[in-house]
Amino acid sequence: MTLAGRSLPVGRIDPSLPLEERVRLLGEAARAIRRRDLEMVRSAALGHIGGDFSSADIVATLLLAVLNIDPSRPSLDDRDRFVMSKGHSSGVLYATLAAAGFFDPAWLDGYMEPLSPLNGHPDRKKVPGVEANTGPLGHGLPIAVGIAIAGKMDGSNRRTLCLVGDGELQEGSNWEAMMAAGHRGLDKLTVIVDRNGYQQGAPTEETSRLEPIAEKVRAFGWAAAEVDGHDHASLLGLFEKLPVIAGRPTFVIAHTHKGYPVSFMQDRVEWHHKVPTTEQVRAALQELA
Amino acid sequence: MTTLVGPDLFDCRDAFASTLQDLAQRDDRVVVVCSDSVGSSKLVDFKKRFPHRLVNVGIAEQTLIGVAAGLANGGKRPIVSAASCFLTARGLEQIKVDLAYSHAKVVVCGMSPGVAYGELGPTHHSIEDVAWLRAIDNLAVVVPADPKETEQALRAALLHDGPVFIRVSRMPVPSVYADGYQFVLGKSFRVTEGSDVTIIANGTMLARAVEAATLLRGRGVGCRVVSMPTVAPLDLAEVRAAAEETGAIVTVEEHSVRGGLGGAVAEAVVCQHPVPMRILGFPGFLPTGSATWLLEYSGLTAAGIAAAVDDVLQHK
Ligand SMILES: Cc1ncc(C[n+]2csc(CCOP(=O)(O)OP(=O)(O)O)c2C)c(N)n1
Repeated sequence: MTLAGRSLPVGRIDPSLPLEERVRLLGEAARAIRRRDLEMVRSAALGHIGGDFSSADIVATLLLAVLNIDPSRPSLDDRDRFVMSKGHSSGVLYATLAAAGFFDPAWLDGYMEPLSPLNGHPDRKKVPGVEANTGPLGHGLPIAVGIAIAGKMDGSNRRTLCLVGDGELQEGSNWEAMMAAGHRGLDKLTVIVDRNGYQQGAPTEETSRLEPIAEKVRAFGWAAAEVDGHDHASLLGLFEKLPVIAGRPTFVIAHTHKGYPVSFMQDRVEWHHKVPTTEQVRAALQELA
Repeated sequence: MTTLVGPDLFDCRDAFASTLQDLAQRDDRVVVVCSDSVGSSKLVDFKKRFPHRLVNVGIAEQTLIGVAAGLANGGKRPIVSAASCFLTARGLEQIKVDLAYSHAKVVVCGMSPGVAYGELGPTHHSIEDVAWLRAIDNLAVVVPADPKETEQALRAALLHDGPVFIRVSRMPVPSVYADGYQFVLGKSFRVTEGSDVTIIANGTMLARAVEAATLLRGRGVGCRVVSMPTVAPLDLAEVRAAAEETGAIVTVEEHSVRGGLGGAVAEAVVCQHPVPMRILGFPGFLPTGSATWLLEYSGLTAAGIAAAVDDVLQHK
């Protein structure tokens, strides 16, 4: 097996670079992150590659190019907060945190091994850059609301961004928290849904319909925005314009594909947590070259 | 002896899935309720055969239990199935109020409990479920040890007048019971006789307890092994007999040491006939690692159980 998946460019992207250059660097980083993630899932023989890949561009854009964070000082009071509510996508989160410089990428080799800090679902006590212990769906958004309320109490400028799965939105806790955030007008809070259309066993719309999401969140007092969740330029453009409506939290519907962009994984429900064979890893790495 | 620890290993979810189809075939009122857990509960075949009798509520465990209570009210016999960690934690108040307090005849099956999801970490370990649930009045709590007991527990649960929780193991286990075994809700089963000490076990730990007893017998220690599949209501008479007749007890379970089978037995022992005890299980949140590795790491092996027996015998 080649180690082609292993190299990872480390470091955040300089915000003063021209947009085109930032987009080019993000494209490279997101590909490297997916390659590294693939190796991690292969060696752990466990993981959630489908949802990792649908989220990869969003997570990379936020952690590498948008958030006001300092990987060498992960506990700074006024850092922006990123809450990864879909904790099963730990592979992409860990690879991106390592790429941002939060910890040594060598840690990634031990993904899910005995005593590794890198559990199948993230643990903030063990991994710098992780803000919330997630895994059971429906925890991140309420925590993000709490972080945003604390920020408002303190008059802080920090932003809180939370990534949720679309299937995850079936958990009632999200809607309880959205009601509270809408009520309080938390406009430094942004929730992004990875709208890949699938949950664990089937499409969301065949399981328990979510649409019309934009109308629902607007009715809860949020501003809604839609974006191509694989387009770094659009993501950067949107995140620079937050909040979309002053005085309201923003709900971003990021249109994505599960398993993107690997041809034999994309939009295939079984890749929610299927583990690729050596042959499939090789083929996927080629597509991600 | 009516037990044999067979050489083959089984995933108890398979016994659960085939029994479910048989029950549905026999009784039109049987419906299955799940929460995006068709694959993880092995319900794919059930879904094909009885597509209109599978209610998938989406990823929503509170609603999962509430809907099951409503289905029971509407004349159905619901069997709920989802990963034990989410089902019991998120749905706890619904289990207490909508099922137990309301006396709704619903069977709740917690899949892949204990540390079956080892590498996925403590969020996915279900090592508190028995403690939470056995504290609830009017709820039977059953932890089967092998495929045969899983099947029989499911059949018995459907006949029981009240809600029942069954923990359905995913971790491969040997078959423990011989052909004539009959599970009875609320009753324990004496697996081996012995007068020096009693090991009380259930679930995936029963086979290991039997192995430990064999090791100990080789060293001249007569070990009674009691299988205690029903944690609530507990078989108090058998616990009392263990205390009075063997004078020392070790419990072992794939669960936290706080409040599970060990806690239940300890409460009974202290109130009836105090004797030295050891409670084996997990001390708290665990590191990541495979299920097999976590059991070794936590001393939940035949050798670990035998060592606890040696220790308790020092205090007899
Ligand atoms: C409370 C809870 N119930 C069930 C699960 C099991 N589970 C893990 S991922 C998943 C599907 C999630 O779907 P979605 O949010 O759309 O994630 P994505 O498709 O982006 O991976 C389920 C049901 C869980 N982690 N938490």
